[in-house]
Amino acid sequence: MTTPEMIHRSETAVSIELQTPDMTLNIGPQHPSTHGVLRLVANIDGERVTDVEPVIGYMHRGYEKLSEVRTYAQITALVNRIDWVSGFANEVPFIAGVEKLMGVEVPERAQWIRLILSELARISSHLVFMSSYPLELGATTPLMHSLREREYILELIEEVTGGRFHPNFNRVGGVKPAYGGGSTTKKQSMDLPEGFFQRTADAMDRMDVICDDIDQLVTGNELIKMRTVGVGVIPGSKALEYGLTGPNLRASGVAYDLRKADPYLTYDQVDFDVAWRPEGDCYDRYVVRLEEIRQSARIVRQAIDKIPSGPLQAKVPRVLKAPKGQVYSRAENPKGEFGYFIVSEGGKIPYRLKIRSTSFSNLSILPWILKGQLVPDLVAIMGSLDFVLGDVDR
Amino acid sequence: MEFVDNFWFQLVLKLAGILGVVLTGALVVIYAELKIGSHMQTRIGPYYAGGRWGWAQPLADGLKFLQKEDLSPTGSDRTVYGFAPYVVMMATIAVFVVVPFGPDMVGANLDLGAFYLLAISSLSVLGVLMAGWSSANKYSLIGGLRAAAQLIAYELPLVLAVVAVVIQAGTMSLNGIVDAQQQTWFTIGSFNISAPFIIQGQILGFAIFMIAAVAELSRIPFDMPIAESELTMGYLTEYSGIRFTMFFLGEYASMISLSAIAATLYLGGYAVPGVHGNIVNLLGPGVLLTKVAILVFVIIWIRWTWPRLREDQLQTLAWTWLIPLALLNIAIVSIFKVVF
Repeated sequence: MTTPEMIHRSETAVSIELQTPDMTLNIGPQHPSTHGVLRLVANIDGERVTDVEPVIGYMHRGYEKLSEVRTYAQITALVNRIDWVSGFANEVPFIAGVEKLMGVEVPERAQWIRLILSELARISSHLVFMSSYPLELGATTPLMHSLREREYILELIEEVTGGRFHPNFNRVGGVKPAYGGGSTTKKQSMDLPEGFFQRTADAMDRMDVICDDIDQLVTGNELIKMRTVGVGVIPGSKALEYGLTGPNLRASGVAYDLRKADPYLTYDQVDFDVAWRPEGDCYDRYVVRLEEIRQSARIVRQAIDKIPSGPLQAKVPRVLKAPKGQVYSRAENPKGEFGYFIVSEGGKIPYRLKIRSTSFSNLSILPWILKGQLVPDLVAIMGSLDFVLGDVDR
Repeated sequence: MEFVDNFWFQLVLKLAGILGVVLTGALVVIYAELKIGSHMQTRIGPYYAGGRWGWAQPLADGLKFLQKEDLSPTGSDRTVYGFAPYVVMMATIAVFVVVPFGPDMVGANLDLGAFYLLAISSLSVLGVLMAGWSSANKYSLIGGLRAAAQLIAYELPLVLAVVAVVIQAGTMSLNGIVDAQQQTWFTIGSFNISAPFIIQGQILGFAIFMIAAVAELSRIPFDMPIAESELTMGYLTEYSGIRFTMFFLGEYASMISLSAIAATLYLGGYAVPGVHGNIVNLLGPGVLLTKVAILVFVIIWIRWTWPRLREDQLQTLAWTWLIPLALLNIAIVSIFKVVF
């Protein structure tokens, strides 16, 4: 006869014998889906992640310190390497900050060109996401299609700036044309390559087509939906608490976009919609980015219509010296708010440069969001946050 | 012609035939995957190896693998680790014993052929589990366990789908099943109409069989045991050199074997409608391999089109959809068998 005590005792005996301690799984720094060298120390119970600790710093290059011994013009070459899939977009807030510090007025044409190239960088960054995210879910083919389309964008950027990834195109007071004898010589002020705007407009039409293609091939795919809908839900309040910005925040129902909230360059003169979604799951983060490609194409088309003629470069002294002071300059980068806090003690070099990089802040939600998820979802969620390790470690 | 009936002569002939089909077939399928995948991805794929169309690329890859160092990680169980690839390979090759390429062109026409191949094809998971366990790597271990879970989920629909065919054919011998598909289904006037089982109402069973077969192969969308983006390479993570080649060849050879089984059970196997007699022995292999090629193409096509399912979604699919549907299929087939 079994009494309740006996059952109870036998249960304890069994649970002592069959203790199943969590396994510590070290994901990364070398792992196919960590976008470089992120390391996650995960405790897993079977397939379930009980606890996860991101370890960063494997790609720390010390850009903030390096900036303290470089002139403002040299620093642009550093900052476009922070988030390498959207190099141009990193330069804009930095150079805008320096201009604000020095009180330089930028010609309007240069501002429009910055806007166009920023949007091209956004499209190329989102196309990288469109290629890598399905790959993380196991679909290999979208990779090739999206990267092929990105090539058109990179060619445009290269045509103007001379660099595919690291344009180093911004100068204090304007932009530097791709060819010719340099913009500061008074005799010949060079402009963008001939026919550039027409080719850009064609590429934007192409982007609309490829967005529809991606919609048909990936967005509507049942398996993609099974893997992403309802997975890794970040409520809007949590997203704000962790300082998420960009598409990750907008997918959580907070339609916050610096281009609208705090317009810089000439964003107040173009008409576009802020892409946002209410649910905050992986699927929404994906859809927001796809919609942003369409909106960016729309912005670029308007910019091409509205761009005035004029000089590309303001008159600035040969030796750039910033007055004493400090400034925070920010912009809506493809991955979110990107900011520079520049402290100047006067002179050619900054005293301190603090970089508020997007991916670093976006990554801070990982321990919270990954807790209790399955290992396959861990990959899906990490991919949907769309971070770049260079942007995390700087 | 006495030596033709000699047991040893026949054994050597059959061994050579099966090994030839398995190895050259695997190489051809690898090449097909490289090329078809490339064209689906708007790439060209192998181009230079062998002079034209990169036809020698699988051979070149194989030679490259042979030169690689055969590493085994510290802390691994050397014996099990070394033996695992051969278990997978053996299980794959052994399936071909019962696959009929013609009325007489069969390794062994077992009375329990269907039973035998179901038993032997699930053996390869044993090798996968051995590989996962002995690698002394957590990713490998998870991969091996996923493979085991997948086997349990998918062996059942596979078996149930085959049971329906066995009921309809009334025999477990694969030659018998092919013959049953040549029997008169119904007559229109003086014409005797015969049809493969897929047309005789087994379309559901065929779909279940193919889904389960892809899961058994652990290819996308059911490649969770390998899952490159999650587990690096799952149970294959630590393998290199010749042992990796064994796994690799094994995967492609079992693609052929499962397609051959599907072709035999559902698509009429080697049979050519309206052709009888010895000539079928000659035409049979070609007919069967054509059907195999079509099925292999479908499997490759699926791989390059779809993302991966999640482990729990796979279990849900198997237990709540495939198994009830397979049971329903059996019920329908049985009722038709009894009534008509």
